[in-house]
Amino acid sequence: MPLDILKAGDEAAVADILKQGKPVEITGGGTKLGLGRPVAVERRLDVSALSGITAYEPAELLLTAAAGTPLSQIEATLSQHGQCLAFEPPDLSQLLGAGAGQTLGGVVATNLSGPRRISAGAARDHVLGLRAVNGRGEIFRAGGKVVKNVTGYDLPKLLTGSFGTMAVFTELTLKVLPAAETEETIALPGLDCAEAVTVMCQALGSSAALSGAAWVPGTGVALRLEGFGPSVEARRQRLLALLGRDADVWAAPASKAWWREMRDLAPLGSGAGQAVWKISIPATQAPALLEKLKSLGEHKAALDWGGALVWVSLPCGTDAKAGDLRALLPPDAYAMLMVAPAEVRASQPVFQPRPAAQMAIEEKVRRSFDPDALLNPGRMV
Amino acid sequence: MRMPDPDEQAIGRRRQLVEGLRRIVPGEGVIVDEESLTAYDCDALSAYRQRPLAAVLPETVDQVSRVLRLCGELGIKVVPRGGGTSLSGGSLPVADGIVLAMGRFNRILEIDLANRQARVQPGVTNLAISKAVDADGFYYAPDPSSQIACSIGGNVSENAGGVHCLKYGMTSNNVLAVEFVTLEGEVIRFGGGYDQPGLDMMGLLVGSEGLLGVITEVTVRLLPKPETQRAALIGFPSNRRAADAVAAIIAAGIIPAGMEMMDKPAIKVTEDFVHAGYPLHVEALLIVELDGPKVEVDHLLAEVEKIAKENGAETCVVSETEAQRLTFWAGRKAAFPAVGRISRDYMTMDGSIPRGQLPDVLDHIAELSEKHGLRVANVFHAGDGNLHPLILFDASKPGELEAAENFGADILRKCIAVGGVLTGEHGVGIEKRDLMSEQFSEVDLDQQRRLKDVFDPAGLFNPGKVFPLLHRCVADGRMIVSAGANYAFPDLPRF
Ligand SMILES: Cc1cc2nc3c(=O)[nH]c(=O)nc-3n(C[C@H](O)[C@H](O)[C@H](O)COP(=O)(O)OP(=O)(O)OC[C@H]3O[C@@H](n4cnc5c(N)ncnc54)[C@H](O)[C@@H]3O)c2cc1C
Repeated sequence: MPLDILKAGDEAAVADILKQGKPVEITGGGTKLGLGRPVAVERRLDVSALSGITAYEPAELLLTAAAGTPLSQIEATLSQHGQCLAFEPPDLSQLLGAGAGQTLGGVVATNLSGPRRISAGAARDHVLGLRAVNGRGEIFRAGGKVVKNVTGYDLPKLLTGSFGTMAVFTELTLKVLPAAETEETIALPGLDCAEAVTVMCQALGSSAALSGAAWVPGTGVALRLEGFGPSVEARRQRLLALLGRDADVWAAPASKAWWREMRDLAPLGSGAGQAVWKISIPATQAPALLEKLKSLGEHKAALDWGGALVWVSLPCGTDAKAGDLRALLPPDAYAMLMVAPAEVRASQPVFQPRPAAQMAIEEKVRRSFDPDALLNPGRMV
Repeated sequence: MRMPDPDEQAIGRRRQLVEGLRRIVPGEGVIVDEESLTAYDCDALSAYRQRPLAAVLPETVDQVSRVLRLCGELGIKVVPRGGGTSLSGGSLPVADGIVLAMGRFNRILEIDLANRQARVQPGVTNLAISKAVDADGFYYAPDPSSQIACSIGGNVSENAGGVHCLKYGMTSNNVLAVEFVTLEGEVIRFGGGYDQPGLDMMGLLVGSEGLLGVITEVTVRLLPKPETQRAALIGFPSNRRAADAVAAIIAAGIIPAGMEMMDKPAIKVTEDFVHAGYPLHVEALLIVELDGPKVEVDHLLAEVEKIAKENGAETCVVSETEAQRLTFWAGRKAAFPAVGRISRDYMTMDGSIPRGQLPDVLDHIAELSEKHGLRVANVFHAGDGNLHPLILFDASKPGELEAAENFGADILRKCIAVGGVLTGEHGVGIEKRDLMSEQFSEVDLDQQRRLKDVFDPAGLFNPGKVFPLLHRCVADGRMIVSAGANYAFPDLPRF
């Protein structure tokens, strides 16, 4: 299908385009077009020209930027002031086979959060306010430009992770935080999955204040400590005593490099011909799930978020083994197909199917923003 | 405070309603006698009172569903209620509706320490959760000062905060899942683990002020208790210098567990009342609390002290013992009753502003104080820019209540003008309802109203709250406290 690319220069242009009443696929940097269900429409709305940081006051811990601003620009600006987006947005472009250049709007639309999610929260916990255009072509504001706000419904949370199916973000205000002065990682090699989860739960339940806890087969468990120098040192000693196991300690450069790879899912490989699944599960149930996954044949698995996040990559085939994999999940777990060719994402439920009543109410909520299903139609099915 | 006109026909169906309710909830779970109903007449914004048609205290989720279906069929309004400590009139009854009191949902269903979470019923008090896991070294982080009385269901509905939310977040950042019953009686679970399987419906429900449905279960995150807590009490020669110090502490990369500020009138009133040892010659006082490993706390306190001195601090005392730390807090926590001692009446605002605007807004509040001829004392969560100005007045003097109302509305308008918002943690309720159109455009509000329509097209859940009534009445956003006597929960500490 030939795509009609509509480039919006500003918010008013976004509204004008949507008022024409025709369905669009929304894109910023284009790095996540392969995430979610494929959208079959003839028009693509490109908001990458809505770019630039409009306000940044380090002492306010707030940053406001146009939705199409490249994330790299935001991260570079923040790091000049010793700050960061604490939810550690991953860069999955490698895995998704896309180019570089993800935008703030894309990160928020997909609620992508990295290893630090366990201590700092997800993207949704850092979005304070926004301007957006709904499916009616109306420009609206929600939330605010302050860190503490309970005025009206929390639309920023509802819209974060809605994959562009409710509104086109034009401007986002995020809470930013001081970057850690230093970091270290305690590595425990050679643990199997069950031992790993036991260790991670023990460490996360201690006062060590970990900001990362992951397990990669072969590497073992990695436990990240971040903060002020003296604090990291004290917590390392305490944690080593608590665990009572042989461990390696990685200093800041090695630790940084390893967690960046973990964040971007490098341990799962390049993704060619592979399907990648993201499974949320209570950490203590992860080992049993990994045991069951063996019935799927060849695959790789790794754990993040202390075991509460299971990444699985397997040969994609025609269906990414969607049915088989979901059949193995315990009741509290849910799986999203993160990487797969478009045909597979079109034929399989990408998002975890939920009870009918829940799906129905979500759909009505979505239609209250976008009554005619113009925005990324079908993306989140 | 104007409420929507009651539906006389619905009131006329009261007998049918009560019979139906009794078939669902046996025995004393349905309250209709006038005397027992008085307990439900108001929440902590007790200047406003209303007798409901009945109060019903269900015990099971099935009962909640059936009660809601019955109310839907009969067109009866429903006001959900937890601990009744709302400061914005969130659980104020309506004349043509019932109060659905969740107090019997008071069980902790599951504590899962390995996964650091607990599944609780909504009527469990905030503090009870922390107490239940205290011996194991865990706690639930959001700590509204009403925590011995407010329920977790109410916290979820108001997205409650506390002094420690600067570092640990509000309720919405600390819940993982909720179970929710719709007006049709459908029971739905939203949320799950650290991310969402679909739309973040839980994010929408947190802070929805009882307008969308009834929460029947909450899964909260538990955190390991910090090893040490210490606080510094720092005096400054001006509000501006104190505010500069707050900004400098944050700019230095330090996020204290709590950072509270009081201005001179507030210092004086509280010191006279509690004798916490506050310096009386300073213009502004900061309490900066740090928590974590002892070395970290000591290290950061030294930094804070240094920054404070660079910003002109005149006094600085760091707590050496737990008793001393608690003394530092005693004055701050007693600020509301202390003001109540020197003024017949007072009202509390809850505006939230960009931190950098603190000095200007405080100057403006001082000017407004002159203009309206009323005294004001300021206590606030300085770390996150959440103001609680206390306006002192005497309602028995002609014109003073009106002056106080105007003063309060002027403060909130100023908050909005500098880029802030109406409420940082107390909720809109009835109290700030009519100021919503000063913060939001009609398009913004319509977008929110359409969400309400998705869940409750007939407008049966908690009517008259959050959204401006069609016919606007006097714009005011405040909590009135009158002569102590009609103020609910006089014993609770107040932030
Ligand atoms: C002395 C004092 C100090 C306070 N300090 C703080 C503070 O530091 N920080 C802060 O944030 N707040 C504070 N508050 C305000 C208040 O305690 C909070 O808003 C609290 O969250 C209300 O909880 P509750 O159980 O009392 O709810 P209620 O007052 O009973 O109800 C509050 C709202 O929630 C709805 N609701 C209650 N339960 C449910 C349910 N199960 N399902 C659906 N809707 C429900 C009600 O309809 C209402 O709209 C304080 C109040 C007092 C009196």
